[in-house]
Amino acid sequence: MAVTTTRPRSAVPRRRWGRASHRQALTAYALISPNLLVFGAFMFLPLILTFVVSMQETSGLGPAEWVGLGNYSELIRDSVFWRALANTVGYAAIEVPLALGAGLMVALLLNRAIWMRNLMRTVYYLPVVISGVAAGILAGWIFSENIGVANKALELVGIAPVAWRSSAAGAMASVILTSLWINVGFNMVVYLAALQNIPREYYDASAVDGATSVQQFRHITLPSLSTATGFLAIYGVITAFHVFDLVFILTSGGPGNATEVLGTYAYDQAFDTRARGYGAAIGVVLYLILMLALTVQFAFARRHPEEA
Amino acid sequence: MAVAAEKRAVAEPGRTSPRTFELGPNVRWLLAAIGALVMAFPLYWMLVTALGSTADLRAGDYGLLPGRLQWENFQAIFDRLPFGRWFLNSVIIAVAGVVLTVTINLIAGYAFAKLRFPGRRILFILIVSTLIIPVQVIMVPQFQIVADLGWVNTYWGVVIPRAAEAFGIFFCVQFFRGIPDDLIEAARIDGAGELTILRKIVLPLSKPLIAVLVIFTFMWRWNEFAWPLIVLNDSDSYTLPIGLRFLDGQYSTDYSLLMAGSLLAVLPMLAIFIFFQRYFVEGLVRSGLK
Repeated sequence: MAVTTTRPRSAVPRRRWGRASHRQALTAYALISPNLLVFGAFMFLPLILTFVVSMQETSGLGPAEWVGLGNYSELIRDSVFWRALANTVGYAAIEVPLALGAGLMVALLLNRAIWMRNLMRTVYYLPVVISGVAAGILAGWIFSENIGVANKALELVGIAPVAWRSSAAGAMASVILTSLWINVGFNMVVYLAALQNIPREYYDASAVDGATSVQQFRHITLPSLSTATGFLAIYGVITAFHVFDLVFILTSGGPGNATEVLGTYAYDQAFDTRARGYGAAIGVVLYLILMLALTVQFAFARRHPEEA
Repeated sequence: MAVAAEKRAVAEPGRTSPRTFELGPNVRWLLAAIGALVMAFPLYWMLVTALGSTADLRAGDYGLLPGRLQWENFQAIFDRLPFGRWFLNSVIIAVAGVVLTVTINLIAGYAFAKLRFPGRRILFILIVSTLIIPVQVIMVPQFQIVADLGWVNTYWGVVIPRAAEAFGIFFCVQFFRGIPDDLIEAARIDGAGELTILRKIVLPLSKPLIAVLVIFTFMWRWNEFAWPLIVLNDSDSYTLPIGLRFLDGQYSTDYSLLMAGSLLAVLPMLAIFIFFQRYFVEGLVRSGLK
């Protein structure tokens, strides 16, 4: 396969580029140039500039002023920043495992032929295609403290209403529940695909050896799903750190800063307070955390070569 | 769970899919169905509220079934807000985004998958690595660049910076790698240029890929919020998500109006999903996640 192409990496070229391959290379550059242009102008250039701007102080319309690491030392003393960071990490730490577990459970239930299976798969997946804004507005209504249907339902079964909007824990719970609603379907589909790839013979053979279904689940199903789980964990963490639309619409980071996340705080600073440099510094921190999280996850995944 | 019962279930032959926890089929169905009801309820509730009366809702006087259907809520959306304009903006931005993104991703994906050139690997890694970058990281300079180009409040300002989609290129490369090299080599020997090969041989084999790219790109552009929020400040230039946010700010407790607006905004996407469901799922599976 083409992946095995030798890379011109060593000092002595391992392969001479003949005329035909020279032309092929030129064609290739032409074909990727529109993409590179867009990526260069609107991704790589802004990424580099983010680091530059994060060392400037820009407030309002005045000219930018060079402050070195000033924004970062201000960040360290900024309690709202720490709150946003803790919220982002906490949100990811709770939401991602729950979404993985729920997705796996639904996939296991819907893997076998049961009545209305296709309809149920569709229903579980539907929220994935809905915009975060619409989901946030809908959740705002469902979790309305006084007249929302969530508290009405709790009341019916004799549970005290939850302060979904006015308490820190309630607001975070409403964000996480809504995220689960949005994300479970995606995890389900990936797990269903992985389940279908487990060879039937594994189960037959182990059944002959007298394995119980719990043993089969632990020793066949779960290990066979490790690639899917690895992917979903990485993808889930990235998405969790990107969280913006839902929080912005549903809680605006409130009450107080109880649900402020790095994404919303960076936006507030850069575009509401108009402290562009400070907003960029938060963006840099978010970027570094994502890089770190990915490095750690890939290091874990390397233990199982098939996951890399 | 009784061990004996488990063993019996395990020994039972002729199942077609892996067996996991040994719950009875009825229990499994019931659990799945309860979950499905919970998942479906919010959307049902959106519909019921959109057709209800806000006065009743505010009084907390509502049931799970719709009362008198108030279709005028939908009329009110168009009367009070430039909703038609926002809808049109969303359509234009999503369609332009799809055409541009899918085109440049297909040709770049072909180059990365089937052509040899120095720097191929590192460029591909660089592109895929941008998947982890949320718009909040780069938005400050990105907005500056778009402002310098004079693209604030324009379709271009939303479409162009998002036109290169790393996920799309990744999908393309995964898919194209599955197309046999012999096929392409044979065409080369016959003297076909790369663009001809792409157009005449590769693309006709790539219909499922194109369907997936079109549907996913459309969904991403249709639902996108953070970037348009930054670029579009003038209410005439809003897309539906930005318009919904405006609606939410103006009528934050008029739930019937809010739900009517939200429903109108999500309906096209729900319809597309229901029609093209197969491709949504295929796309996920194809991206090498199996």
